[in-house]
Amino acid sequence: MSQSEPTRETAPESEWRRVVSRLARNPVAMGGAVVVLAWVLTALTAPWIVPYDPIEQNIPNRLAAPSSQHWLGVDGLGRDVLSRVLYGGRISLPVAAVVVVLASIFGTLYGALAGFLGKWVDEIAMRIVDMVLSFPALILAMAIAAALGPSIRNSMLAMLMVWWPPYARLARGQVLALKECDFVPAALSLGTSNRRILLRHILPNSVAPSLVLMAMDFGNAIIITAALSFLGLGAVPPTPEWGMMVAEGRELIQQWWISTFPGVAILMVAIGCNFIGDGLRDAMDPRLRLR
Amino acid sequence: MVVAALGVTLISFIVAHAVPTDPIVSNLGQIASQRPEIVKAFREKWGLDKPLHEQYFTFVRNLARGEFGTSINTRRAVTKDLALFLPATVELATAAVVFALLLGLPLGIFAAVRRDGPIDHLARMVSLIGVSIPIFWLATVSLVLFYATLHWTVGPGRLGPQVEAPDYVTGLFTVDSLLESDFETLRDALSHLILPGLVLASSIMGLITRITRSSMLEVLSQDYTRTARAKGLREAVVVARHALRNALIPTVTVLGLAYGGLLSGAVMTETIFAWPGIGRYAFQAVRTNDFPAIMAVTFVIGIIYVVVNLVVDLLYGWLDPRIHYS
Repeated sequence: MSQSEPTRETAPESEWRRVVSRLARNPVAMGGAVVVLAWVLTALTAPWIVPYDPIEQNIPNRLAAPSSQHWLGVDGLGRDVLSRVLYGGRISLPVAAVVVVLASIFGTLYGALAGFLGKWVDEIAMRIVDMVLSFPALILAMAIAAALGPSIRNSMLAMLMVWWPPYARLARGQVLALKECDFVPAALSLGTSNRRILLRHILPNSVAPSLVLMAMDFGNAIIITAALSFLGLGAVPPTPEWGMMVAEGRELIQQWWISTFPGVAILMVAIGCNFIGDGLRDAMDPRLRLR
Repeated sequence: MVVAALGVTLISFIVAHAVPTDPIVSNLGQIASQRPEIVKAFREKWGLDKPLHEQYFTFVRNLARGEFGTSINTRRAVTKDLALFLPATVELATAAVVFALLLGLPLGIFAAVRRDGPIDHLARMVSLIGVSIPIFWLATVSLVLFYATLHWTVGPGRLGPQVEAPDYVTGLFTVDSLLESDFETLRDALSHLILPGLVLASSIMGLITRITRSSMLEVLSQDYTRTARAKGLREAVVVARHALRNALIPTVTVLGLAYGGLLSGAVMTETIFAWPGIGRYAFQAVRTNDFPAIMAVTFVIGIIYVVVNLVVDLLYGWLDPRIHYS
């Protein structure tokens, strides 16, 4: 931190360290972290570890049940389900990450600016947020994705458009509270510019709640990505995408393995993220700090 | 409220018109859209030849009159479609809310009363899994497991194939069959609500459990709870009479917010369970680019969402007399 921040010289560093150490002592959060990390590693190394080509069809062997050759069975086009599930992380994980990161950056800046400038700017900015939030996220994303046409890129765009408002609201609330703190007039009296006050003094102090939201949101983003693909508004065949794989197995009621395993993958990542988010919230909760 | 409603109309209009795929091509087909006179007639018929702002004002004016135009898909007035499909969703969503409250409230209360005990851990797991489970997957898998494999539940749809729908009064099969005193149909309608209702409930049950638990914990540490205990009241009375009502306020709020999740979940659940509700209608409209239907459905869902949250605000006053609206 620069010397122009007289009120908190070392506090942010040690506070973060305390949060991390509390998080590390939480077995549930660590369990979640291990699961998510394992999926990230799987996604990164998928081309080397999968037993079969995820899109190569082998029609004579279609719908084969799980066996020692195909641990998770074979789908309707004779493709190995295990290979497809392992490859699926290469789509869902980066898509969700990009959506959550971009949405949180945009939303936080938007809300912070609205809260900082106040008056009519705030009023108009927040009415726009209310407008977007007056729809259930999936419904709006579905309508936008349908309008743009099915593709991974378009479903990401659609998700981005509905994803940022909660971050804007959160950041605005934080900024409104922080604006009243003593370090703002202190910085002003030192001749610091408005922009610098917002970017260097207020914003760094307001990111904590957004981080919790991001951790929990990541799991949610995985689910919505898959949901859009399930509805035929995201990935297009033959991409091994988890949501689409569930959809492909939907009609094949006897071959339960086709839709079950991709769903288990989604569930594992989502639960992992929620465990992390839950632990992060506990670790950051000031009321639990003394324990 | 008025601002929110206008916002809802604006966004539904923008969404329906941000469609780069031409409604003419997607609705007339390749051959007809080659012939200019057909295209011109189509544009005139649907008002597509007018400037955008004029189309928007027409849309709002018609909305005020309760007219949503005609669905290009079903060739029926969208209002008629909505009257047909909305009750199915209301019925399903109500069943889901009932299931979620029946399971989530007690779980949250016991988790708080026996804090850090086994029920508390169970509640935590249930709520985390509840928010993490992809509903389209749960719906698919539960249909495969409970219907196709174990035969514990009835199949998709609102009624069995041999049962005739009751005459339309409210559109809610349960209520309508009760009005006709047709208990056979009522039983069938109820049994068809169980599986999709539970699936849909899963999306909000975790949230209800978690919020009930945390607000219950907060209330149980208040002075008036201590006073009630100090008076020598039984623990059950303290919890049920003194704590619960105050702890319900955040739960009610969350129920309002969760309604959005419920409507989103309805798209998935209805599509998979062949449930002829507004969620499935929305999905079909979106897939076929039926813009009057898309506009109407996004508008109606937006309005439902806004109204539910208004009702929630008003419920506060009833639950907590300290809150007054001037």
